[in-house]
Amino acid sequence: MATTLDKVDVVTVGVGWTGGIIAAECAKEGLKVVGLERGQERSTEDYSMVHDEYRYAIRYELMQDLSKETITFRNSRDQKALPMRQLGSFLLGEGLGGAGTHWNGQNWRFLPYDFEIKSMTDAKYGENKLPAEYTLQDWGITYDELEPYFDKFEKTAGISGEDKNPFWGKRSSDYPTPPMKKTPLLSKFETATSNLGYTPFMMPSANLSEAYENPDGQQIAACQYCGFCERFGCEYGAKTSPEITVVPAARATGNYDIRFNANVVEVMKEGDRVTGVRFIDTVTFEEFIQPAEVVVLTSYVMNNAKLLMVSEIGQMYDPETGEGSLGKNYAYQILPGASGFFDDQMNVFMGAGALGMTIDDFNGDSFDHSDLDFVHGASISMTQTGSRPIASNPLPPDTPSWGADFKKASIENYTRTLSVGGQGASMPHRDNYLSLDETYKDVYGVPLLQLTYNFTDQDRALHKYLTERAVEIMEEMGAKTVVGRAPISDYDIVPYQTTHNTGGTIMGGDPATSVVNNYLQHWDMENLFVVGAGNFAHNGGYNPTGTVGALAYRCAEGIIKYSQDGGSLV
Amino acid sequence: MAEKKNVSRRDFLKTSGIAAGALVGGGIIGGVIGANTRQDTAAPSGGSAGQSGGAETTEAVRGLQFFKNQQEFAVLQQATERIFPEDDLGPGAIGLGVPFFIDHQLAGSYGENSREYMQPPFQVGEATQGYQSRLKRNELFRQGLQKMQQEAQSRFEANFVDLEGEQMDEILTAFQDDEVDMQGANAQFFFRLLRQATLNGAYADPIYGGNQNMDAWRMKGFPGHRPSYINEIESEEFVEFDPHSVGDMLS
Repeated sequence: MATTLDKVDVVTVGVGWTGGIIAAECAKEGLKVVGLERGQERSTEDYSMVHDEYRYAIRYELMQDLSKETITFRNSRDQKALPMRQLGSFLLGEGLGGAGTHWNGQNWRFLPYDFEIKSMTDAKYGENKLPAEYTLQDWGITYDELEPYFDKFEKTAGISGEDKNPFWGKRSSDYPTPPMKKTPLLSKFETATSNLGYTPFMMPSANLSEAYENPDGQQIAACQYCGFCERFGCEYGAKTSPEITVVPAARATGNYDIRFNANVVEVMKEGDRVTGVRFIDTVTFEEFIQPAEVVVLTSYVMNNAKLLMVSEIGQMYDPETGEGSLGKNYAYQILPGASGFFDDQMNVFMGAGALGMTIDDFNGDSFDHSDLDFVHGASISMTQTGSRPIASNPLPPDTPSWGADFKKASIENYTRTLSVGGQGASMPHRDNYLSLDETYKDVYGVPLLQLTYNFTDQDRALHKYLTERAVEIMEEMGAKTVVGRAPISDYDIVPYQTTHNTGGTIMGGDPATSVVNNYLQHWDMENLFVVGAGNFAHNGGYNPTGTVGALAYRCAEGIIKYSQDGGSLV
Repeated sequence: MAEKKNVSRRDFLKTSGIAAGALVGGGIIGGVIGANTRQDTAAPSGGSAGQSGGAETTEAVRGLQFFKNQQEFAVLQQATERIFPEDDLGPGAIGLGVPFFIDHQLAGSYGENSREYMQPPFQVGEATQGYQSRLKRNELFRQGLQKMQQEAQSRFEANFVDLEGEQMDEILTAFQDDEVDMQGANAQFFFRLLRQATLNGAYADPIYGGNQNMDAWRMKGFPGHRPSYINEIESEEFVEFDPHSVGDMLS
């Protein structure tokens, strides 16, 4: 028998960036908010032993415990989906802060082009630029509409950067803090890309260049360039994360409680409204029902989609007919790039997660695609994140992967290798989608989410073209040997690639083709909101967090408005 | 030499009738079986020279937590040494303590796959779908090492540990190329695991029992745990640091 708790105004499922932002904004307005977090509490003090590559980066200390829950995967519909038994291609988070704890801190705004990609592609290249199986669609919101929310997130997070990129959208205000230090390695990239006629700029970073107090009064410290960001928490409180910003801001109102070890298994509904959520205490396995006026799904892409599916809210996407929206337009990213081997030793072990320089000359539609067989592109960056010795064993071509020659080459080149990499935008495809698995279940007896995904021709063409650009840059940087990344074939869930999963609960202007409206309010259930990278109708050429943060502020505004007036917000 | 001592330890344990619990922490353990210890009663101190005063350092007691069979561990030692051999740059896997690191990891959550999805049904999938065996890593390691020994016998009529380096490499390559039959898993996957575990043990923080004396970090020029590089991050020159373990924070 489930125990029913006292009703609250707002319940969020998961406490990362989105759950924290919504809690802070709603609690400031006087709404009573409860955050349900399946993981545990943690804070800066818990990261004091974090300079441990093996524990955090190899053994995934901060990541999801897959013995409790994972996803299943297949490349295509004619395969049997099997569980992702070990973490690989992407790293799912868990615990207070979620993926906002173990992110690198690159903080981007998607391009104006991204939000209107379908209209702009059709207008410029005609309606047949991509074959019909690419399910490109506009997001139901424009960059200009979203700009104030981008601005708000950047001020909350104290983002360090410089407004020198000619290709991105107009900013209403400057970055809250100046860019990070331009190291000698970054200068190498800057000189090379400038020589090639491109426009490099310092990457917008949540590893702050200086100490900062945000508008909520939270203090964020200055980055020490210690080289342990991605997959790690920051022991200085210098990598902006939910647990040092929005979560304490929400708690300070007195209107916010977080319940830990609380794994939500169902969104409860009655007619065309949701009534709350059912969750299981992961320690005692007791069941609880948390009634709420408004339910907000603020967990990761995968789990947001899964909860809607198991709760039978919305119409499942059907790849045969193209109908339905839930699970549709899942997209990943592709990673073109090049490595360069140099003669001199470099300080590659120093760095920070978002210490980098970037060019956008091949991102979005900033270059002409008339004679190219793909749309969109990639931001190309060089980052100095702190190379660590287990994972970093760079080998020139034809070097064996073990034995005497391996040892010599991997040690020699550890401090003599640089890489430039692109984050390739992935376009949605009819055959790439999320659904529920029919065989495998999580430890609570709920079906696992099933991912059906493969790279498409568009991805492969983009990868090839952008890798060629990366090779040219690395050659200009003066490497004695330059190696471009191998062409991609089938998507493989084993090697780590990127945690930038998107889609499945996409936003849009039409209930027939999207799950939520542009306030992230569910089309079918007006008191249900779903927010995160799952809202992206396609994946762009950047890290998602900045855009996720903006959508969360947009969503919070919608919830507050809904709490006052009710009804559909659009 | 070390093997002889370990045999006597085994005999001792077999014949003494002393419960394991009585051994742990008592002076008797160091005196009888602590092949690597120079001080027989002290608890492992973390090995800092300052604590023991002078040049003589205190080393932790080393022993096997997972492997029960000397031969399997000996195969592991030689196999990891072939993957990461001693050379003019510095020690190899054995000198760095990698086999002990792997043994300890196999005894714990890594070996038990305790944070991985291990629910049935187990089915053979596409390579792109990743590991689908019901075998835990420690089961896979034992089987793999036993298979290496069997390969040595069938190919060269000798124990793996007595082979020439090139002969060991031939066997390792056969695993790498998936040319050895294993039960419930494939040889290539085992080889990748063995290779990765070897690198983990070489380069992980020494708190895990590998990377002894931080020599692998010294070879590679990695400083380990340092709180900050803010004063060096803009240096045009390569900066060398004496490495530090994250364990230093507790001393």
